[in-house]
Parts: sequence; C-alpha cells; structure tokens
Amino acid sequence: MRYLDEFRDPAQARALAERIHALSTRPLRIMEFCGGHTHAIMRHGLSQLLPPTVELLSGPGCPVCVTANRDLDYAIALAQQPGVIVATFGDLVRVPGSRSSLQRAQAEGGDVRVVYSTLDALALARAHPDRRVVFMGIGFETTAPTVAASILQAEAEGLSNYAVYSAHKTTPAAMRAILRAGEVGLSGILGPGHVSTIIGSAAWEFLPREHGIPCVIAGFEPLDILRAVAWLVELGETGRAEVGNAYGRSVTGEGNRVAQAMMARVFTLDDADWRGLGRVPVSGLRLRPEYARFDAAALYPLDPGPAAEHPGCRCGEVLRGTLLPPGCALFGRGCVPAHPIGPCMVSAEGACAAYYAYGERP
Amino acid sequence: MTERILLAHGGGGQLTHELIQRVFVPRFANAALARLDDAAVLELCPPIAPGTRAGRLAFTTDSYVVSPLFFPGGDIGKLAVCGTVNDLSMVGARPLYLSAGFIIEEGLPLADLERAADSMAAAAAEAGVSIVTGDTKVVGRGSADGLFINTAGVGWAPAGVDVSGANARPGDALIVSGALGEHGMAIMSLREGLPIAAPLRSDCAPLNGLVEALLEAAPAGAVHSLRDLTRGGLAAALVELAEQSGVGIELDESRLLVRPEVASICELLGLDPLHVANEGKLVALVAPEAAEAALAAMRAQRYGSEARLAGRVVAAHPGRVVLRTPLGTSRLVDRLVGEQLPRIC
Repeated sequence: MRYLDEFRDPAQARALAERIHALSTRPLRIMEFCGGHTHAIMRHGLSQLLPPTVELLSGPGCPVCVTANRDLDYAIALAQQPGVIVATFGDLVRVPGSRSSLQRAQAEGGDVRVVYSTLDALALARAHPDRRVVFMGIGFETTAPTVAASILQAEAEGLSNYAVYSAHKTTPAAMRAILRAGEVGLSGILGPGHVSTIIGSAAWEFLPREHGIPCVIAGFEPLDILRAVAWLVELGETGRAEVGNAYGRSVTGEGNRVAQAMMARVFTLDDADWRGLGRVPVSGLRLRPEYARFDAAALYPLDPGPAAEHPGCRCGEVLRGTLLPPGCALFGRGCVPAHPIGPCMVSAEGACAAYYAYGERP
Repeated sequence: MTERILLAHGGGGQLTHELIQRVFVPRFANAALARLDDAAVLELCPPIAPGTRAGRLAFTTDSYVVSPLFFPGGDIGKLAVCGTVNDLSMVGARPLYLSAGFIIEEGLPLADLERAADSMAAAAAEAGVSIVTGDTKVVGRGSADGLFINTAGVGWAPAGVDVSGANARPGDALIVSGALGEHGMAIMSLREGLPIAAPLRSDCAPLNGLVEALLEAAPAGAVHSLRDLTRGGLAAALVELAEQSGVGIELDESRLLVRPEVASICELLGLDPLHVANEGKLVALVAPEAAEAALAAMRAQRYGSEARLAGRVVAAHPGRVVLRTPLGTSRLVDRLVGEQLPRIC
C-alpha cells in the first residue's frame, strides 16, 4: 500500500540494519527528541536491529509530559470556575497534577471536554454562547499554529467567549537546555519530523554550530528512522557535525512560512516552565498583548496553589534523557497506564508508556 | 408524516400490544413467541435419547447501544443477534433461543424500529435461532439515544464439548478467522465523517456455523479456546486467553490480514488495528495436530474463507502476548487502557 508498505519493507530494513552494523565502530549516543519517535522505535522493535554501540535515548518531545504541574493545576482550577468549559486534548485529562487531575475535576462537576482539534473547541464556543470555552494550548510548534489559527478565526467571527491558555513550548530551546546542562553526553540528535515540517531544518543548525553534534531529521516509519540512524552513524564515524534531512518528503530548509507567520502574529516568545528542565529562557509562547481578550491567563488570574510532584516520580529525568523508564522504581509497579503517577506513563507520546506498552515490564 | 414511537407505546396498554403485534410477532415468527405468555416455554433441543448424556446449557446476555443505529454492513438489530449468538458459540454451544429487550427513546421513527427488527429476524434466520421472548419500554426524549437493545441467549453444548478460554495449552496453533478491525473502523469513519472513497463495511456476522464446522472437523477436544474479536480487538482477546490459561501467546504480524482501507484509516488516526473491534471474526486455539483440518474446515465457510494460522501458544511469558514483526523484531501486545471508541456495539 502506498505510504505504508514502502516505509516498512523488511528487506530494506534489513539492509539498513546491516549497513549500520558495518559502519558502527564506536559508541554513539543518540537522543530522539520526539515522543512519536520513541513510540515508533518501541512499536517496531527497532533497537533490536541496532548494534550495541548505538544507543537511543528518549528526549523531552512529549507535549503532555513537559507540561509543568503549575499549568496543570491552573487548568484544574479553571475547570472549577462557574461558566467555564475547559477544552483539551485527551491525554491531558488523565495526567495527575499536584492535587487532582482534569479527569477528577470533571467527575466533581467541572466541565471538561475532550476535543480532537481547535475546530472542535471553536464549535463548542459557538454552541455555548453563555459560557466561556478555554482551550488548553499545550504542545510544540506542531500544534501552536492551529491554536493561533483558532484565535484568528474567533477574532474574525467575533466569537468573544473563546479563549486559550497557552503553555506552548518551542523545541530548539529545550534541546539547547539539555545540551547546556551537559548531563548526558550526546553524540547525535534524531530530529523531530513534524516539528521540523513547521520550523524547517535550518532551525537545527545551532546543534552542529554551537554544540558540535549532528542532527538528522526523521519521519516516523521504520525505514525513516533507520535511515536517519544510519546517517547519524556515518556522521559520527567520520567526525562530521551537520544537519541532515531524512524526511525530505515533508521537511524543507525554511519550513512552513504560513504557519510560522501565524504563530508570530498571535504569540510572542517568553520564558516557560518545563517539567524536568525547570524554567527555560525564551522557550514558551504566550499570547501577544493585542490578543489579551483571548488569553485565559489574563482573563482568569487564578492562583492554583503551590505545585508539588509525587516524591518518587522521575519523569523529569526521563525527559532529560538521564534515566530510562525501567530505571524508575515506580515504573510498572506503582505507576502503570491505568493508574499513572507521572505524565510519561499517560501520554501516547510518553516514553514510559511506550516502554510499558511494547516491551519492558518488571 | 413520519410515524414515531410515543411514550404510550411502552405503557403496557393497547398501543404496546399493537406495536408488538405489528413489529415483532410477524418478524420473529415462532410458536413460543406467538403465544405471548409471560415466559416462553421451550423444548430442550435436540431431545435427549435415554441413556445419553444430556450436555449442558450455555446462557449469556449483552446490551447494544451502538451509535449510529445503522451503518454499512449492519445495524443495531443485526449486532444484537450476532453478538449474543457469537458469545454462545465461543463456548462451543449451539445457539437456540434469544430474548430481546428494547429500550426505545420517545420519537424514534417507527420505520427505524421496523428496520432494526427486520435485521434481527434476518440474522436470527441465518443463525438458526428463535427470538422467543421480549420486552418493550419507551423512555422520554433525551433519556436514551434512539434505541438500545438487550439480548440474552440460551444454547446447548453437547456432552463432551469443552471449549474455554482457560483451556489453551503450549503448542496450540492460533487461527484468526479473517481480516481485522472492520467493524470498529466502519463505525469510526462514519461517525467522524472521514473522507474515504468507499464506505467501510462492518463485518458483523453470526459465527455459529463457522464454529460448528470447526468443531466437527477437529477431533474431539482438539479445539481448546475460542473468542470472538469485539471491543479491544484481537489484542484484548489474546491477552484474555493468555491470562485465563496461564500461557504465553506469540503472534506473527506478517500473517495477519488487515485490509488497506482499514490500515490507512488506522494510521491516520493513530490506532493499531490489533485494538480495533470486529463483530464477525474469531480467534481459535487448537491442538497442533488438528490445526490443518481446523483451518481447512474454517476456510470452507463463508465467514472463515480468509482464516489463517497467525501464531502459537507457548509456555514462555505466561499471561503475555508477544508480536513478531515483519522486521524480525518483537514487542509486547497489551489491551488498551481506556476506551478507544465509545458505543461501538
């Protein structure tokens, strides 16, 4: 089948794996930024095809996972406000905040609706003119443009009961923070495919330039990932640091200019709190002052109380790449997908959920 | 003007009587129902010859709340008959009698009820079962969604037949009766209005004929476990069997049949076909020496023509299902945590 089988061909996968085995002589530690990559790697068992010299580490690219407890607590407090409907992507509902979750807030009478896109959230706002619909804007440059578009759409329609709580984050800033912290010696980055479709491969040039490590952008099919890994191994073996694009069918150097312009029109860069990374300079997107009437943070200046994390939860370390999920004492014991303690066990892009679903259990 | 169900149709008075006489009695036509007593009085079937072991009764119930009520390949009526027929079949029983309880929302077009009843009658005829007793309730607008149906079923398991999810043994061959995910994706593509060239059809079907042929072809006791693939798909069925029998299961991904249209929609929505519901497929765990005969018998049946060997039962990793991928790697298969799609059956 077109666009599926051609990226999962066993013979080609074997050939790529053989090439990687033949090329690889020295240890190479690669971080896959994106949670979608972690899931694809686990689902197809790709690590099993690699030589022991090539190590894959999951990174911070899971939007739900990096959302700070303070932002979650705010959403939960917001759901308890009379006249407010909180619209959110499904994963976020189950993530435990400091004291509750959106799921629990809903059971206690809060109005929380799971939506599949901002279009659904806009439809909710149109259907409930007497209430305010607040969309929980989490995610990276992949979702931020759609949220920007929804605000522009609400503005064009005069939809005054629609608002967004923006906890959007930018990916290069997170990568930079991890490299600056220097906790994990990385020798290559598997670049995020969808994010790069928006921001362009040029956005990763700082990796070879400032940090001397290569980055190869990959799609999400087995052959995409193997090709990118082979490329990274080749670069590593020859000591070259550059940005490669192994997802040419989707990613260009400059990215999607329309989406970028939309983001720039509605959002402005700001410091942001990340789970695991703490406060990262100019790594978040907040609404520009001219869109303050759509900004939930301005409309509802709530204090959700002090943020607290489960003392045993090590999601932060998993997100920084300093710990593999099975290394957490809670993994598969106290923390399982049905009863998650940390977000990495909840999200469809969470590393713990991927490890648990596809392979490793205590 | 559209004739609609009124609250009075469920009041137990003249309108209820008329509704039953008009919609159900002629369609489900059988002597036990037509008597309209408070309970159906049934022959034990087949009659037991003196000195032979009587076999056992199988008894099951299920409620159907699918939305939308009508979909390509089936509707709530067909589903309500097939689902219960299939549950009886999965313990090796021959389905005989069904009950049908209707909870109808006020305002449902009468034609919709008749259409669902037509489907029930057709599915019952195909499966060779009689709908012998029933109940009709009407609830106010907003208290239900169109139509809910509960069916219960009684079947007869001949003496010596012992099919159970707890009977799987290491070495058993794993047979899947056909393509995966067709009911779930039919419902989802309809509900989400997905832009697809041709509508996907649900595979909703009664599987008792397939099971009878399988039991007949395999030596006595060789069919260890059967499970129909409903909510949670093949993954959920296999995890249940592995846990119930305390065995491991190995599944070969390359042996599984997923039609391209199902595979592409799953990919689009981020779903794994292993988790998507069927309503007319089963998985059989069969003693290895009987596998070939079982497979041949299934393939000769309409609803098993694409049956295939797709794995085996192993002693290793008890309670767990491991998938061998076409890439030569392996991974765990588990049931989903939450609900993939509400009100699918």
